[in-house]
Amino acid sequence: MSYVFQFGVVWEHLPDLLAGAWLTITLSTGAFMLGFVIAVACAAGRSLGPRAVRLAVSAYVEVIRNTPLLVQLFVIYFSLPALGLRMDAGEAALVGLALNFGGYATEIIRSGIEAVSRGQLEAGRALGLSWYRIFRHIVLVQALTVAYPALASQFILLLLGSSIVSAISAQELTAVTNTLQSTTFRSFEFYFVATALYLAMALAARLLLDGVYWTLLVRGRAPSSGRRA
Amino acid sequence: MSRDFELPELLFLIAALRWTIALSAVAFAGGFVGGFIVALARVSRLPVLRWCAAGYIGLVQGTPLLMQLFLAYFGLAVLTGVRLDPWPAVALAFTLYATAFLAEIWRGAIEAVPQAQWEAGAALALPRGRILRWIVLPQALRIAIPPTSGFLIQLIKGTSVASIIGFIELTRAGQLIVNVTFQPMTVYPVVAMLYFAVCWPLSLVAGRLERRFGRHQARVELL
Repeated sequence: MSYVFQFGVVWEHLPDLLAGAWLTITLSTGAFMLGFVIAVACAAGRSLGPRAVRLAVSAYVEVIRNTPLLVQLFVIYFSLPALGLRMDAGEAALVGLALNFGGYATEIIRSGIEAVSRGQLEAGRALGLSWYRIFRHIVLVQALTVAYPALASQFILLLLGSSIVSAISAQELTAVTNTLQSTTFRSFEFYFVATALYLAMALAARLLLDGVYWTLLVRGRAPSSGRRA
Repeated sequence: MSRDFELPELLFLIAALRWTIALSAVAFAGGFVGGFIVALARVSRLPVLRWCAAGYIGLVQGTPLLMQLFLAYFGLAVLTGVRLDPWPAVALAFTLYATAFLAEIWRGAIEAVPQAQWEAGAALALPRGRILRWIVLPQALRIAIPPTSGFLIQLIKGTSVASIIGFIELTRAGQLIVNVTFQPMTVYPVVAMLYFAVCWPLSLVAGRLERRFGRHQARVELL
């Protein structure tokens, strides 16, 4: 093996890579928030809505779950402009990731809603609450508590999957890495360090999300939580 | 002058689907063998083996598939000194990817078998290998079937990423057709429909398996 690894040039460009990593974080967080709103609306529609809404939500979920993210991005970025819906690469990436995340999260939240026992709904009705308030204050709160771990894992998949949006030239860590490696010819070194950055982001997100789960949802609900109060 | 998207172009896409399926099959077969070995290492009594397996799984699940592909592609180029055609790099990367995910699924399945089954085997003075082979694995297999078929769908969709490093499968074929027809509004939805036509039936089967084996699980717990 005659190849000599040279990581020096990568360290020179580390600020650029870190800026790319920050773009990845903001893009994934934005897509998460948008997708979460979509998912809650769709899960509510699928559980409570009329038949037509339920069918539409099922179709959306099945299409998202049975086609690749990359093809979804191509449809949004290259096909939709023919219908007059023109977006720049960054917007298309955000919309594509949000729709993708929304499809998976709909299923997660729906199964959380199904885990809420019927007695809870009946208790809400016995208290004379409106359907909206039963959904908002009784069903959704419990459903999200159940769904939290799966949603957290799905967010990490979103964070890692966002590297694919580089294929429609949206700017984030992978796109930045592609540009840098093509101008310096140190492909392996750059991809190696970028991969390490992704790993660090995924681990940090996992720690953060697990920490939130334990402090807010598990310890907060335990009967003997007086110690913290 | 550009071509229109007509029957020959559609047939080209359908023909390219075979590379998507071939890559998925290679990765699934490789991942099946590799995943089995790593899953066994993951539940081994030797801490070193457990840590190595856990580290490998965490590494693959904690990094983007696209980055793994780039590393395999440029890594192999570094090792051999020549820029290869993408096939070996893509096959290697997807096999390692499938290995990690299947290992994690099967570790979960093995650990889902009640501990008492191990103890019962030990009480019969069976060696650990035989307990695993004759008592634990047959039960773990039933538990593992639904998530394994679910992963197959994830793998098929994942192979679209190989198009980014130039491997010609369905997605890359779609890009090539767009380049000659200038009709992305037709071609990409057709590509999506082809993926859907492959993945959706598998999803239905996976869902049915989940319900069937799920019920079986519930019955076992009742007893």
